[in-house]
Amino acid sequence: MGSPVSFDYAPAPESRAVISIKPKYGHFIGGKFVAGSKHFPTINPATEEVLSQIALAGKAEVDAAVKAARKAYTTTWSKMSGKERGKYLFRIARILQERAREFAVLETLDNGKPIRESRDVDIPLAAAHFFYHAGWADKLEFAGLGTSTKPHGVAGQIIPWNFPLLMLAWKIAPALAAGNTVVLKPAESTSLTALLFAEVCQQAELPAGVVNIVTGDGSTGALIVNHPGIDKIAFTGSTEVGKIIARAVAPTHKSVTLELGGKAANIIFEDAAIDEAIEGIVNGIFFNQGHVCCAGSRLILQENIAEEVLEKLKKRMSKIRMGDPMDKNTDLGAINSKEQLLKIRELSASGDAEGAQRWTAPCELPAKGFWFAPTIFTGITQSHRIAREEIFGPVLSVLTFRTPQEGIDKANNTPFGLSAGIWSEKGSRIFWASQQLRAGVIWANTFNKFDPTSPFGGYKESGWGREGGRHGLSAYLKGVGHE
Amino acid sequence: MSNRIDVKKTYKLFINGAFPRTESGRTYEIKSAKGVFIANPCLASRKDLKDAVVAARAAQSSWNKASAYNKGQILYRIAEMLEGRRAQFVDEIVLVTGATKSKAEKEVTDSVDRLVWYAGWSDKLSSLSGALNPVAGPYYNFTVPESMGVIAAIAPEVPSLLGLIEAIAPIIVGGNTIVVLASTKAPLSAMSFAEVIATSDVPAGVINILTGKKDEIAPWMASHMDIDGFDISGLAAKSHGAIRIAGAENLKRIYSFKSANPGRILAYLEDKTVWHPIGL
Repeated sequence: MGSPVSFDYAPAPESRAVISIKPKYGHFIGGKFVAGSKHFPTINPATEEVLSQIALAGKAEVDAAVKAARKAYTTTWSKMSGKERGKYLFRIARILQERAREFAVLETLDNGKPIRESRDVDIPLAAAHFFYHAGWADKLEFAGLGTSTKPHGVAGQIIPWNFPLLMLAWKIAPALAAGNTVVLKPAESTSLTALLFAEVCQQAELPAGVVNIVTGDGSTGALIVNHPGIDKIAFTGSTEVGKIIARAVAPTHKSVTLELGGKAANIIFEDAAIDEAIEGIVNGIFFNQGHVCCAGSRLILQENIAEEVLEKLKKRMSKIRMGDPMDKNTDLGAINSKEQLLKIRELSASGDAEGAQRWTAPCELPAKGFWFAPTIFTGITQSHRIAREEIFGPVLSVLTFRTPQEGIDKANNTPFGLSAGIWSEKGSRIFWASQQLRAGVIWANTFNKFDPTSPFGGYKESGWGREGGRHGLSAYLKGVGHE
Repeated sequence: MSNRIDVKKTYKLFINGAFPRTESGRTYEIKSAKGVFIANPCLASRKDLKDAVVAARAAQSSWNKASAYNKGQILYRIAEMLEGRRAQFVDEIVLVTGATKSKAEKEVTDSVDRLVWYAGWSDKLSSLSGALNPVAGPYYNFTVPESMGVIAAIAPEVPSLLGLIEAIAPIIVGGNTIVVLASTKAPLSAMSFAEVIATSDVPAGVINILTGKKDEIAPWMASHMDIDGFDISGLAAKSHGAIRIAGAENLKRIYSFKSANPGRILAYLEDKTVWHPIGL
C-alpha cells in the first residue's frame, strides 16, 4: 500500500470584470448621489489594496438625509397603499437577484469573505429578505398580537461590517414594508455594496427619499442615533455600542431594536453523530472567519467524547483552505480590518497568558492583508476571558461537561443569549436542551442557518427585539398600549 | 355601639411566600382620606428588594415549567380568592382613598375580572404568538414565546388594587416571576392582596410585593443586574428617561403601558426560534 493520493486544488478565481468601482463615492440622499466633503479609504482586507474613497457624513449630510426621509414619509410613502409599497420591494428583490454576481464580487473584495459565501449565502438571502417582506406590506393587520398597523416614521439604521448587504436587507426590507422611510449607515470598512444598493433603488424607481444612505464612521452613527427627526433606531453591532445607544435614546420617544454580541455555546452530547457534529462545529465558528455575532464560539463537549471530537476536529481543521477570498475553493477569507485582527490577537494572547492551550491549524498566511489561522483553545475555565468575551474571529474555546445539566449551566453562564447549538441523536434531549438554553436562536444538529421567515435575535445582553418573520416585522410597527 | 377594641393588622412585606418586616426597620405613616391614622406600613429598602429578587429568581425555573393549564388555573384561583374577600377590599379602598363605595366596588369587580381575563391567556399565548416558519430548506423551524425571567414593576398610585393586578397578572402568566412595588399612599389593598396570593396555590417567590417610596426603590430596580425586565407604568413619565438609562447596564427590557392588552404579556416574553434538519 502506498500513501493515499492527494490532489491539490488549482486556483479558481472569480472574475472582477463584472464590477466597476468608482475612485470616490458620495452619499445617497433624496434619490440622488450627492458629493461628500471629507473622505476616507476603503480597502480590500485580503490585499490591502485601496478600492475607493468613501465619504464621511457630518451633521449637514445627516440632517439632509433625515429631512429627505421625513419628506418622503409625509408626502409619498405613508400615503401609498401597502399593495403599491410592496411592489417596490418585489422589484428590489428581483434586481438584487439579477445583479447578484456583481454584489457578490463587490462584497468579497470589500469585506474579505470567501466568494463562495457571498455568492451562496449573503446575496441570495438579501434578495430573499426583500421578497419575503414585500408580501407583508399589504397585510400589516395580520402582523400579530400587540402591534398596530402604523409605522414609526423615519428609521435610522446602523449596520455592521460582517454581512454588509445582508444586514442592510434585514434593516431596510421590514422598515419599508411596514411603511417607514430610512436613513441607513453602512459600516466604515464595508460601504460599497450599500452604495451599489442605492443604484438598485434608482433602478426600481423607489420614490426619492424613501431610502437614504449616508456613509461614515461611529461619529456619523452617533449623529443618526441622536437626531431628533428620527423615530426609530435599529442597530446591529457590539453590545458595548448597543448600551451607549440604549442610554442615548432613553430620554427620547425613539423606539429601538438592538442586535448585539454573542458567545454561543455549541453543545455536543455523547450520543451525537460525531462526524456531522464536526462539520457543525467548523461551520459554527469558521463561517465568515468567525465574524458572526451568533458564532458557536464556545464548544461544550461531553467529557467522555472530548478526546475523540478534538482529534477529529483538528484533522478537519487541517483541511480548511484559507487564502484568496475571490478563489471559489476558499473556505476561510481575510479578517475584515487591521483593527479587528489586533483584537483577535489580543484576546488570543490572553488565552495563552491565562494558561489555556492553543492549537492552530497548519496553514500559510498570505504575505499581505489581514489573516488569522483557525485556532482552538483547550484547558479553559469559565472565568477565562476567551470563554466570556466575544472574539469575533476564527477562534474556538473548548469546555467540557459530565452531566447534561452541567452542560446547560455552562452554556447559560454568560451575559449574552443570542444563539446556541445542540448535537444529539435523541429527540427528547434536544427539546429538553432547547428549552433550557437561554438564547433566541437554537440550532439543533445544524448551525448558522438563516431565513427571512425565521425570527433572529437575542436574550439578555444580546439585544432587544427580533429580525425576520412576523416577530421581526412588528419591530417596525408601533406597539399597542405603549406609552 | 360595642366597646370592643379592634384588633388592627400589621402591614408587612410579602417576600418568598412569607410576610417579613422590612430589614431596615423603617415604616411610614398612612392616613385615611379624612386624615385619620390607619397604619405604619413598611418602607422597603434596597436590601428588601435584593431579597425579593433572590426569591423571585429561585422560583422562576419551576414556575416557568408549570404547564400553561396549571398557570392558568392558579391565576383563576387568585380571582376566586379575591372574589371571596370583596368586602374587605372595598372597605380598604374606601378608607384609604375616600372613594365612594360604588366606585370601590367597581374597582374590585374589575380586578377580579381582569385576573380571569389574564388567566385565560396562559394556554393561548404560544399558539397565537408562536409560529411555524416556512424556511427555504429541509428544516423544521418554529418560534415559541418563553418567559424572560425576573421582572420588576411599579404599580400606579391609583387604582391601587386594579393597578397592582394589572402589573402582576400579565407578567406572571407567561412564566415570569415578579417583584412589585405597591401604591405608596394606598398600600393596604396590596398587602391584603398578598394574603389572597398566599392562599391561592401561587408558589412562594413567584409574586413578591414591597411597599415604600417609588423614588427610592425604582432606581435600584432599574440598575439591579439580576432583573430582566421592568414595567414602569406606575412611574411618572418625567422619571422614565433616568430609569431607562440605569436599566441599559444589563439591557433591561423596560416598558410602560396604559391599558390591558396582550402586548403587555408579550413585552416580557422572549421569542425563541429552534431549527432542526429534516431527513432520514
